[in-house]
Amino acid sequence: MNAKHATYPGAFHPLARLLHWLMALLILTMLFVGVGMVSTVSEKHQWLLALHKPLGVTIFVLALIRLAVRWRHPPPPLPADMPLLMQWVAHASHWVLYALMLSLPLVGWAMLSAGGYPISLGGSWHLPPLLSFDGETYAWLRVTHRWLAYLLFVTVLGHMGAALYHGLIRRDDVLPSMTFPRRETVVVEPVIVTPTASEPPSSEPPRV
Amino acid sequence: MTDPSRQPPSNQPWRWALIGLAVVVLAGAFAYVAGWLTPQRLSSRRLVDTLQEGGGVHPGFRRNHAKGVCVVGYFESNGEAASYSTASVFAAGSRTPVVGRFALPGGNPYAPDSSVPIRSFALRFALPHGEQWRTGMNSMPVFPVATPQAFYDQLVATLPDPATGKPDPKKAGAFFASHPETGAFLAWVKTAKPSASYVTETYEALNAFYFVDGTGKRHAVRWKVTPVATDDAGTGPQAGDPDYLAKDLQQRLAQGPLRWHLRVTLAEPGDPTNDATKQWPADRHTIDAGTLVIESEQPQDSGPCRDVNYDPTIVPEGIAISDDPLLPARSAAYAVSYLRRTSEEAHLPGAARATTPSEHP
Repeated sequence: MNAKHATYPGAFHPLARLLHWLMALLILTMLFVGVGMVSTVSEKHQWLLALHKPLGVTIFVLALIRLAVRWRHPPPPLPADMPLLMQWVAHASHWVLYALMLSLPLVGWAMLSAGGYPISLGGSWHLPPLLSFDGETYAWLRVTHRWLAYLLFVTVLGHMGAALYHGLIRRDDVLPSMTFPRRETVVVEPVIVTPTASEPPSSEPPRV
Repeated sequence: MTDPSRQPPSNQPWRWALIGLAVVVLAGAFAYVAGWLTPQRLSSRRLVDTLQEGGGVHPGFRRNHAKGVCVVGYFESNGEAASYSTASVFAAGSRTPVVGRFALPGGNPYAPDSSVPIRSFALRFALPHGEQWRTGMNSMPVFPVATPQAFYDQLVATLPDPATGKPDPKKAGAFFASHPETGAFLAWVKTAKPSASYVTETYEALNAFYFVDGTGKRHAVRWKVTPVATDDAGTGPQAGDPDYLAKDLQQRLAQGPLRWHLRVTLAEPGDPTNDATKQWPADRHTIDAGTLVIESEQPQDSGPCRDVNYDPTIVPEGIAISDDPLLPARSAAYAVSYLRRTSEEAHLPGAARATTPSEHP
């Protein structure tokens, strides 16, 4: 077990929790903005489109920060009594989520580049093209963007369903670890009083 | 890491129901926003499907204004519009590269040039620092309808009758009778004749936009390009030649570049910005912003305009779209058309199979 685990045993680091809920809001917004803007012919089309691109950049940057936070403060382990297959699905779905958080904005950026579009983030602020102008590449990337987005939405649904399963059916520590960690999980850790993440504790603290 | 205080797993059905409900509600909201639950709602896909119903599916071609030709040139600003818009394309003496496209309205890429009295001219200005200005203009003074719904209703009312291959005059008549805003267009089209040349036409943006000046003030505008060449003599349409416009363009360009003036009309307070069926009064102040110079042409299947989506809502800093409801609908529908035709070019699974134009009669 990594020593940094011990700082927040049984729960995600507060910064990780903040990033999780902020990104949950942004990603859900993004998915609805995306699927709505390609369908509507109303004036909503324009402002949704204007929102979609800077939001994508924000999610990409936050996902990178989140990976760094995760590396620095590894998440708590899953309950040991969870079936192995369930543990495997839990881990795999999290890496799918990270992969999609990073790849969807990049595919979107590449797709607009290949379509020869200006990649406007608002005002005169533009991203440089990632690829050269080519309609056929655009078509492949545009369709990829759509299916990756559907995959992200389905993974988010599964993630939410699994979180509620942990919270309502198993009633284990998984959901509180990302929301409000149970007091008894936290207070037994003396390290929590002075959360100096950069200083690894001198020895492995006692386990609960 | 077992927690002795944990409750035993509960199988209470309501807990499962709650989880299921959360998933279903979120998935349902997504499907609703996507338009999957409301196929009767006017969407970009539905607009383009209806265009295809009228013009047929011609893989690789635009779903409207399918027949056209690419042109290349530049815009030279004289600085006259710079006090109204901060867009760099209007700075005095600036020269902005342009990729354009002349076309005929309609979804048939093999329509005879004489079949419609309207020609269109689309332009993509490539500004410094990745900015672009795209505009699609038509050689008519007003648009027939003001809203996407009316445009859709007009498309449906004028679809070819399967029995006759022509629009049902009863349905079309009923549409125009119930849409008095089409009056100005109908009056114009009654006297309009198919021109013998693309280059002698005036092309109007029809939709209103805003120019934004250095102080942030917005000026409602409409723009058009007016031709320097006015001689309709040119080569003249050859009897029986359905493609005389491209040949005329080629012959004129062989003799030198072709020019248009970019004229920008400024609205007075009260002039409608959200109604493309209404012209602004003729006495409105108009600026000559500079000269559009077209130097060369190329067939659309290999030219630089082929994969350009002339979405009129793509504007640089210094220009903004107005509240004209046709603009977002054009943007949304053009994007659908663009994805369909590029998917066909790329032979994506499920896309209509592209064939080369020469395989068609």
